[in-house]
Amino acid sequence: MSAGGGGLGTPRALPSSGPRALRDMPHPLAASSSEEAASELSPSPDLLLPRSFADKDLSLPNGTPVDTSSPASSSSLLNRLQLDDDLDGETRDLFVTVDDPKKHVCTMETYITYRVTTKTTRAEFDLPEYSVRRRYQDFDWLRNKLEESQPTHLIPPLPEKFVMKGVVDRFSEEFVETRRKALDKFLKRIADHPVLSFNEHFNVFLTAKDLNAYKKQGMALLSKMGESVKYVTGGYKLRSRPLEFAAIGDYLDTFVLKLGTIDRIAQRIIKEELEYLVELREYGPVYSTWGGLEGELAEPLEGVSACIGNCCTALEELSDDMTEDFLPVLREYILYSESMKVPVEVEKCQDRVECFNADLKADMERWQNNKRQDFRQLLMGMADKNIQYYEKCLTAWESVIPLLQDKPETK
Amino acid sequence: MERPEGEQRGASGSGPAGEAEAGSGPVLEEPGSGATDTTMEDCLSKKIEITVSEAEKRTGRNAMNIQETYTAYLIETRAVESQTEGQCSPPDSLWRRYSEFELLRNYLLVNYPHIVVPPLPEKRAEFVWHKLSADNMDPDFVERRRIGLENFLVRVASHPIICQDNIFYSFLTQEGGWKEMVNETGFQLKADSRLKALNATFRVKNPDKRFTELKHYSDELQSVISHLLRVRARVADRLYGVYKVHGNYGRVFSEWSAIEKEMGDGLQSAGHHMDVYAASIDDILEEEEHYADQLKEYLFYAEALRAVCRKHELMQYDLEMAVQDLASKKQQCEELATGTVRTFSLKGMTSKLFGQETPEQREGKIKVLEEQIHEGEEQLKSKNVEGREFVKSAWADIERFKEQKNHDLKEALINYAVMQISMCKKGIQVWTNAKECFSKM
Repeated sequence: MSAGGGGLGTPRALPSSGPRALRDMPHPLAASSSEEAASELSPSPDLLLPRSFADKDLSLPNGTPVDTSSPASSSSLLNRLQLDDDLDGETRDLFVTVDDPKKHVCTMETYITYRVTTKTTRAEFDLPEYSVRRRYQDFDWLRNKLEESQPTHLIPPLPEKFVMKGVVDRFSEEFVETRRKALDKFLKRIADHPVLSFNEHFNVFLTAKDLNAYKKQGMALLSKMGESVKYVTGGYKLRSRPLEFAAIGDYLDTFVLKLGTIDRIAQRIIKEELEYLVELREYGPVYSTWGGLEGELAEPLEGVSACIGNCCTALEELSDDMTEDFLPVLREYILYSESMKVPVEVEKCQDRVECFNADLKADMERWQNNKRQDFRQLLMGMADKNIQYYEKCLTAWESVIPLLQDKPETK
Repeated sequence: MERPEGEQRGASGSGPAGEAEAGSGPVLEEPGSGATDTTMEDCLSKKIEITVSEAEKRTGRNAMNIQETYTAYLIETRAVESQTEGQCSPPDSLWRRYSEFELLRNYLLVNYPHIVVPPLPEKRAEFVWHKLSADNMDPDFVERRRIGLENFLVRVASHPIICQDNIFYSFLTQEGGWKEMVNETGFQLKADSRLKALNATFRVKNPDKRFTELKHYSDELQSVISHLLRVRARVADRLYGVYKVHGNYGRVFSEWSAIEKEMGDGLQSAGHHMDVYAASIDDILEEEEHYADQLKEYLFYAEALRAVCRKHELMQYDLEMAVQDLASKKQQCEELATGTVRTFSLKGMTSKLFGQETPEQREGKIKVLEEQIHEGEEQLKSKNVEGREFVKSAWADIERFKEQKNHDLKEALINYAVMQISMCKKGIQVWTNAKECFSKM
């Protein structure tokens, strides 16, 4: 089957730097190695996802063009482009994106749908590419189905279902965008999961033209199954399980606490920076006023004034970046971590104990690993922004020195 | 106290007038005396090294016999020549307190009205931000004041004219009896009390435009530097807050690292760098206070500049009053002589009401007036000369001051920029270190 559109979800060509071993290449999302990397702060499932699927220029980092006419060659391409060693040779053959929110006004209600685009080479899918529209309740349905059918696994969280009317505008651009990002992350995490991504409901969610029909049909069947799963009891071994659960639970409790503290510190820093900015904004112009009184000193004073102005701009950019990039990612992680505490309850799966143990362990390891990478990236990004801020200020002040050292022209 | 060998006081040629009297300094150079040709080479600062090396808390009784605590400053003077010869002769030293410095300066202000007299460091701590103390006894304040006092003495010693002053020299060298000496000069009597009324206006009919402009400039300069210092203090305050809050990252990263396996080390070491970052602001801002002090010096210099303009204004006013007085006396004289009353005068009315004066009486009055007129004309002549001399000397010193100001402020700004650059580089270093720790997570 030939690939449609832009072929596979092959990553955008990385900045060409000549032939290099893959292992020598910096992580695409490591800060400052490339422009896109520095600005992208979403967690690992977004690792190699391109923004536009319409990329026709597929090539290796060293510039060699790639033949994407056959899935086989595409997957081997993906193999070669696998840059994340930590995922132990996991290849990505399923790419999902949520975008293009649209408002629908019907007689009964008004709601938003999102476009869900899938690109895949998996045999479980009939086509290599799908595009469907889904609304929030569809995502909610999917999550419930996953929890039911995969009780031994950690299901990623969804953004809040109920929004208080009058408090938040459900149709504001900001709200819709925040929700879209969360839904995108949700699907990516499932697509990234070695077990959940093969779930039948997930497949249908991504592919079915009429999801509602499937929902109705599936309900009757699955509910029976679900019940049988729920109520089959059996003995379970006490051995080390409670300790394991407790340890994970404790870890998550402390972890969430620490993240909350970091959130507050970051907010406080932003607040202090903005107050500093207010004063700086008054400070710079005073030098200018002074310059207006002087003769020989006019130019140097004006230079200092302009320099401080540049520092103000740099500071503003820093605070904006922290507010828009750092905080939301941090907060999302807090929610994600909190949502994980729930499955660690014994009652849920009394008969699938062994399975639960292994699955949970595996999921926790995956989660820990992703978490480590995500925070590595997030914190490196934060450090980067601060470095950039100081570099801008440094440049500004260094450019003032020659102005100050100028000898006045002798008349 | 013996003067160091080889030191020459005063310019070559004529000494300033009135030097014979011990302790009184010159008022104005006589025209053509050549004393104004004193160059920087003859300045006291080239011959003597002056330092204010120590500050000490003392208790004593003040003028009202009340016990008080004050700070005394140690002034050390060393002949420059003895140092270059490789000899390290011990310095001469004496202790002075701030009020004595004030007395010296007031003396200089009265006796050198045409000079922009170097200012003293501030009496009370102003433009402070929260971490700085407004307490005069605070060690940081005392330290900055010590530096300021030294700066003042060096400035005076570097000024070609006032460095020659006897009282100034005695201030540096004669511990006992100096205060009495200064007071004996009677300078306080000379002081024009009108100068204290800073904003009182004296309507001058023909003001010298240059001085008017200069006075206006000094007002504006004071205003803008005050504003700058106020905002700078607020900026410092806020910047302090930004840096210190980052210290919280250090603690939370440390706590977090305790529950992590692979991430632990990276977090812990990054946290350490955040602590370093937070701590670095203390030194940065301490250095910046030096910049603030340099600005303050010129804030006060602006006041000294204004004082010169003010003195000129008063001189001009006095001159115009004298002219007016002379004109009215001449008119009176004329009226008496011719018997005509051109304008209404009380004298004219009374004489009309109470009868004419006898010719003898009139003659007497005319004679008195003629004497007064003659006196007035002589005074006016010398006042004019005085005025012209003042303008010449003042303007020369103002030009000197302008150059000094431009030079000093440029240097201050360069130092400030260098400080900022250093701060940026430190910031880059710390965050680069932190980033490296994060990369190892």
